[in-house]
Amino acid sequence: MKLLKKVKLHHLFFALLFIYPIIVHDQTYYLYSGGLIFIYIIMTLALNILTGYGGQISIGQSAFMAIGAYTSTICTLKLGIPFLIAVPLSGFLTALIGFIIGLPAVKLSGHLLAVATLGFGLAVPELILKWDDVTGGFTGLFPDKPVVFGFAFDSDFKIYFLLLIMTLIVTWMINNLIKGRIGRAFVAIRESEISAAAAGINVPLYKVLMFSISGFYTGIAGSLYAHFVGFISPFDFNLNVSLILLAMVVIGGVASIPGSYLGAILLAMIPPLTSGLPGFMLILTGVPLVLIILFLPNGLISLGKKWGARQSAANATKRGETA
Amino acid sequence: MLSQQIVSGLAAGSLYALAALGLVLIYKATDVVNFAQGEMAMISTFICYTFLNMAGFSYWYAFLASLVFAALFGMAVQRVFMRPIQKAPVLNQIILTLGLYMVFRGVAGLIWGYNPIRFPVAVSGEPVKFGGVTLTPNQLFIMGITVLLMLLVFLLFRFTKTGLAMRAAAQNLVTSQLMGIRVGTIFALTWGLSIALAGVAGVLIAPTTYLSPNMMMEVLIKGFAAAVLGGFASLPGVVAGGLLLGVLENIVAGYISTELKNAFVFLLIILILYIRPTGLFGAKLVKKV
Repeated sequence: MKLLKKVKLHHLFFALLFIYPIIVHDQTYYLYSGGLIFIYIIMTLALNILTGYGGQISIGQSAFMAIGAYTSTICTLKLGIPFLIAVPLSGFLTALIGFIIGLPAVKLSGHLLAVATLGFGLAVPELILKWDDVTGGFTGLFPDKPVVFGFAFDSDFKIYFLLLIMTLIVTWMINNLIKGRIGRAFVAIRESEISAAAAGINVPLYKVLMFSISGFYTGIAGSLYAHFVGFISPFDFNLNVSLILLAMVVIGGVASIPGSYLGAILLAMIPPLTSGLPGFMLILTGVPLVLIILFLPNGLISLGKKWGARQSAANATKRGETA
Repeated sequence: MLSQQIVSGLAAGSLYALAALGLVLIYKATDVVNFAQGEMAMISTFICYTFLNMAGFSYWYAFLASLVFAALFGMAVQRVFMRPIQKAPVLNQIILTLGLYMVFRGVAGLIWGYNPIRFPVAVSGEPVKFGGVTLTPNQLFIMGITVLLMLLVFLLFRFTKTGLAMRAAAQNLVTSQLMGIRVGTIFALTWGLSIALAGVAGVLIAPTTYLSPNMMMEVLIKGFAAAVLGGFASLPGVVAGGLLLGVLENIVAGYISTELKNAFVFLLIILILYIRPTGLFGAKLVKKV
């Protein structure tokens, strides 16, 4: 009974995503925001693999996003590779970079890893800026709208559905990943590296794997972002992006897929609301982040779980009385 | 040319060392890397500016007043935010300081705006020449004060009861509590001292970077790099790391490319952490289970 209810809720939510364009009357602004939210959801899920399930911090996710975005743009614009191949290609290249960045993580614990990923996150945009004969430097690049088998996703309406489908595929893949052997190994490493190793888990390998997988999906999101927005420059991938992603994971709920959806949807609304007021953007992201860490470390989604638990307990006592 | 670059590198490196000193102090005592350190220093520098311009204090009084503020600010942040999650996972502590980074930066932006403001130097005067190398009195002053502060902190850790308590609390929280150390007070004191040191760095660097909410970002990253070079736990190591970084950076800027100066620093952090996580001078770390 309870399971049925839960499935229904998920289905209802996904159905809502499909009819959203109709609800908002096909208005460009809302479709565009919806598309951006899907990209944020993919990136939040990717960071959640690393931080929520694996217990490893990264303050350099924007660099993975940048690598994905630039790879895809350069592949399609300069090398003539079709969109459908460029997307996974940028995922794989970012995964490779994630693998390299994950190598120090094998040795480093929380704080130093945070510093290392911060360094990485800040270095990549600077290198992109410097490497201007390929990346365009300050002026940036103008990627084309996605084209799949001759079908051009040239309107916000079409791209909305492309991003929706991609988000659902990624969600399904990540859900399978964390429910499986790899996901359980990640959680074991988060809980205790030493006991995970004692249980026969190859900790260095799985730590590197975590970074690669997180990099893969973030790279894909970066690639989608580039073709969706149609313009990229090194300044789009700054520290604030990495921090907002971290806030999405934590505020929504660590180690929870619905939590990632919730966090991404809630926080993606802040930048458009505070455009032109960077101070407010930081405060509206930072204050909830601090409050969540202090008072609700499992994120907003844990409120729902608590409420659900109370409901079912109440139902149980009610049934007990009638019987 | 080279000797000039080394000497100006040392002057810049002193500032990085100063910024790193506060970071390492907190890390040593409370096992937290404070990502909000730079933003706290930035706010303290804005307070100094307010004392200078609005209250009409003289430079040194404003400087001192801002340091008192920084110390209280540090203690307050430790009490209000860090203490409740002292026993929480490291991840939560890092994220909390990142959250504070955003809040402080945002608040400073709202109060003081984003236009860079000119800030006076500590010591003005004609540049002095030492056998082909030119230095401003301010650079000399910065180098002197860094050495002095490092010595003071070193002596505090080595020879005072408070310093001993700080070291003990870092080693083992529960045991030090059992030994009668007021760990709460010690941690608050550490934060106060550390933010005051960061405040010194902020006021001294403001003339170069100009006063703005973004002023400490680069310095903080370089403070991190200095701390990483020095092994994050040894005070003399960190100062040496800061000086080394300043020199390396100036040489890269002089001989390779000015624009790659920052990217070089970031990559250096990653490289050092990868090859020698304990720093160039650090001792071997033993992980507690």
